[in-house]
Order: sequence, then C-alpha cells, then structure tokens
Amino acid sequence: MNVFDWIVQLAGIALAVAAAPVFVGWVNQCRAWLQNKSAPSLLLPYRGIRKLFHKDAVIADNASRLFRLAPYVVFGAMVSAAAVIPTIATRMPFTQAADAIALVGLLATARLFLSLAAMDVGTAFGTLGARREMMIGFLAEPALLVVIFVFSLQFSTTALPMIAERLSAQAFALNPSLAFTAVAFTMILLAENARIPVDNPATHLELTMIHEALLLEYSARHLALMEWAAALKLFNYACIGIAVFIPWGIATSHEPLELAVSALLLGVKLLAAGLGLALIETVSAKLRVFRAPEFLATAFLFAVLGLLVRLLLGA
Amino acid sequence: MHALPWDLQLQNTLAALLLLLSFAMLSQRRIVALVDLLALQGALLGIATLLLAWRTGSRHLYFSAALTLGLKVIFLPWLLHRLIRRLGVYWDTEPLLNIAGTMLVGVLVVIFAFGLAQPISALASTATRNSIGIAVAVILIAFLTMITRRKAMSQVVGFLSMENGLFFGAMSATYGMPMIVELGVALDVLVAMLVLGVFFFQIREQFDSLDLKHFESLKEDQ
Repeated sequence: MNVFDWIVQLAGIALAVAAAPVFVGWVNQCRAWLQNKSAPSLLLPYRGIRKLFHKDAVIADNASRLFRLAPYVVFGAMVSAAAVIPTIATRMPFTQAADAIALVGLLATARLFLSLAAMDVGTAFGTLGARREMMIGFLAEPALLVVIFVFSLQFSTTALPMIAERLSAQAFALNPSLAFTAVAFTMILLAENARIPVDNPATHLELTMIHEALLLEYSARHLALMEWAAALKLFNYACIGIAVFIPWGIATSHEPLELAVSALLLGVKLLAAGLGLALIETVSAKLRVFRAPEFLATAFLFAVLGLLVRLLLGA
Repeated sequence: MHALPWDLQLQNTLAALLLLLSFAMLSQRRIVALVDLLALQGALLGIATLLLAWRTGSRHLYFSAALTLGLKVIFLPWLLHRLIRRLGVYWDTEPLLNIAGTMLVGVLVVIFAFGLAQPISALASTATRNSIGIAVAVILIAFLTMITRRKAMSQVVGFLSMENGLFFGAMSATYGMPMIVELGVALDVLVAMLVLGVFFFQIREQFDSLDLKHFESLKEDQ
C-alpha cells in the first residue's frame, strides 16, 4: 500500500459523500420533468441540509443517549459502506477490507440504530415506522444476500471488487441469471430506499409513511445527518448495482488517466441510473403497506430463480 | 468461462424466461391475464423451436414451430378468450394456498425437478440438454397451478401449460418427438380443448358455477 492509494481512496469517499445529495437532487429533477413540473434545483438537498445545520436541535425530554447517538452511527455506517463499495477503482485499501456480506451487515447496523432510535422516544408514529422498516428489512435482506450468492456462485468470490473485475474482463454474453438478479436488485433498491412502490419519499401521510415516520422526532443537525445518510444509502445502492451489473470501464490500476475515465463513466452511469429510477417511480403506483411483503417476495423469487437458472444452465 | 454460440445463449435465455413465465402463471389471479401468459409461453416455445430447427437443420422442427405458433399462440388463446367472454368468468377465486406459500412450494418443486433431470441431462447428447431440468420444472409448476386452483377455466390453462412443458422437454432431450407423434399430440390438445369448451357450458348448466368443489356432490352417498 503506498500513499497514493490512500489518497485515491479518501478522495473516493469524499466524492461519494459530496455527490450523494446531488444524486438525490438529480432523481427529483428527473421525476419533476417526467411529471411535467418545473424541476427544483440540483442543489436543493444541499440547501436543506445546510439550513438544518444552522438550527438549534430540539430533543424530547425522555430521549435516551441512544437517540442522540443514532444519527452519528447511521451516518458513519453509510460512510463506511461507501468506502467498501468499489466506485472508481477496484484495488483500493478499504474495498479489500470487507466483502459484500459485511456490507449487508453494515447496512443492517444502520437500520437497527435507526429503528431503535425511532422507538426510543416512545411516540406512536416512531414505533409504527420502526416496525414497518423492520418488516421491509427482514424481507429485503435475504433477497439481497441471495443476489450476492448468485455472484459468488458465478465468480467464486463475495468481494465486490473481484466481482467487478471478473465481470468486466468477460466477453459479452446473454446471461439470464444476471438479468433476473438485476430485476431482483432493482426491486430491493426501491424497497430499501423508501422509493415509490413501497414508500413515498415526498409525503408525510401518516397511514403510509415508513421512512419519514422514523425521523419525525429528529430536528436540526441530527435530522440533517439522517437525511444525508438516507441520500448516501441511495447513492451506495446505485453504486453497488453499477459495480456488479455494469462494471465496464472501472479502473483496475491507479493510472491517473484511467481513474479519470472511470470517474467520468461512473458519473454517466449514475445519471442514467437516476433517470431510470425516476422513470420507475413515475410509472408505478404506491402499493398498500400490506402488499409490500408480496413485492419483496417477488424480488426474492427473482433472485432465487437467478440462482437456480445459474445452477442448472451454467449460464 | 468459455463462450457459447449465440443461438445457444438465446436458447438458454428463452428457457429461463419460460421458467419465469411459469411462476408468473402460478401467481396470477386473473384468468384473462393467465390466458395471455399462456400465449406468451407458446410464443417463446415457438421461437425456441425455430432456433433449434435452424441449428439442427431438421425440417420437422420447422413444422412443429409453425404448429406451435399457429395453435398455441393464436388459436387456443383466441378460443379461451371467447369462452371467457361467453361464460363471463373474469376472476378466479382465491387460490387454495396464499400466493407467497404457493411460490415457496414452487421453488421447492423447481429444486426437485432439477435434481430429477440431472441424470437425464447427463445421458442426453443434445446441445440443449441443460434445459431438460427447466422443462421438468415447467411441467411440475403447471401441475401445481392446476392443484392450487378451483375453477375449471384455470385448470385447463394449467393443463395446456403442462403440455407446453412436455413439448419443451421432448425438444431439449431429443430434438423433438417424431413428426407423427407431435401431430397426434397437437390434434389431441385441440380436440380436448374443443370438448372442454362444450364441457364448461355443461358444468355451468348443472351446477350454476365453474367451481370444481361442486363435483364432490357427485360422489355416491355412503
């Protein structure tokens, strides 16, 4: 490990943390365009976060230390996840420290603290949100793990950078099991990030909200960190998807030129991913909360089918 | 990893899609959509047969592809849609098991089918021998569709889907059955469908419903 590796790694993390709110802004902008509305600024999420940082925090009387700690833990978990995912280059110090299963564990830690903090104050909405979040989580996690197993079966590794390298080295071939897995992963992404078929990120309607219900008791800098962590989570999921399904162009060495090309390609892929996400959200209607398990069961089924097809056809 | 020729890649993709469609049929509650899925399954089967015919150059596979497209994609779905309209049965009632449970059983059935097909694939010498497991899975899932439904209409769709699976299995294992057998089966399915169409009206006249649970009253009184 030389110094340059570490510089690239830290720059990658800083880039991810900085780009996440912009990515959310881009998705919102695309969605507004698709719905014939005038679009908000790309930097709107940033402005919201800055505004929140300037306010004074209000905390409920009966909140425990966990409530204050949770935003930092959640944000920290998301930043570590961003460090583990190979975004620009595959051979970086942190990306080799943890594999995809550890990554799922990191995301689960964030979910655990988010839900505990929501239940901590003891309001009805927080508890309701936490329960729903857990319901989604316990169905989405196994599906995500099966998605990872499809890759580990195909490339005999659970490390994301190795998967990205081996897939991008392969000649292009029709791959039904990866196609099924991609569908499963997209559905998991939508469910985990509280996007439209499962939750609506733009409403506070009490009967349907999941993510917003978890954050109701937070204000000021705590809320800002939570919002930023949510943006980072969406960004992380998009980067996982790009790393395992369309890794072509990712840098395998640390030549400055290759890194620049890789970063540029990542930007283009993220723009396309945001547009696709907005498109899915525009054409689909929100499901009732009780239909969400069915949605995730379908995702699980797609992932399992990918696994079975892979086992049988060897394709 | 060695790269397969493009038509075999496409063949594998079609096989995977057939399996996916079987699961879609297993979970579908609306009978109209079920018939559309059946037509789609027939279309995929027809394309797979065409590809295989092109690969092996055997003329009778072209015939069976044409037969599949004509019979299973156009004629039978048209007949079924007409029957649905005339009988006015657009909805199936709740299946006997809930959807998620049925899916889980479906996955187990697929694993069983794969295990079952492994020795057959090992013996077969065709280029498409890997798909045999999928064909067996399609047959068993269609069977499961029939078991979990109560209405006569969905049972018939399950039956036709099972026939699709059998056809696909024969194709992958031995490049299709002899022409005369295939013609016979096609004719059988056609006649069975026509007879069942008449039968539906008889059942409805007798019981005022297409729900097969009424058949239990036909048992002799003890």
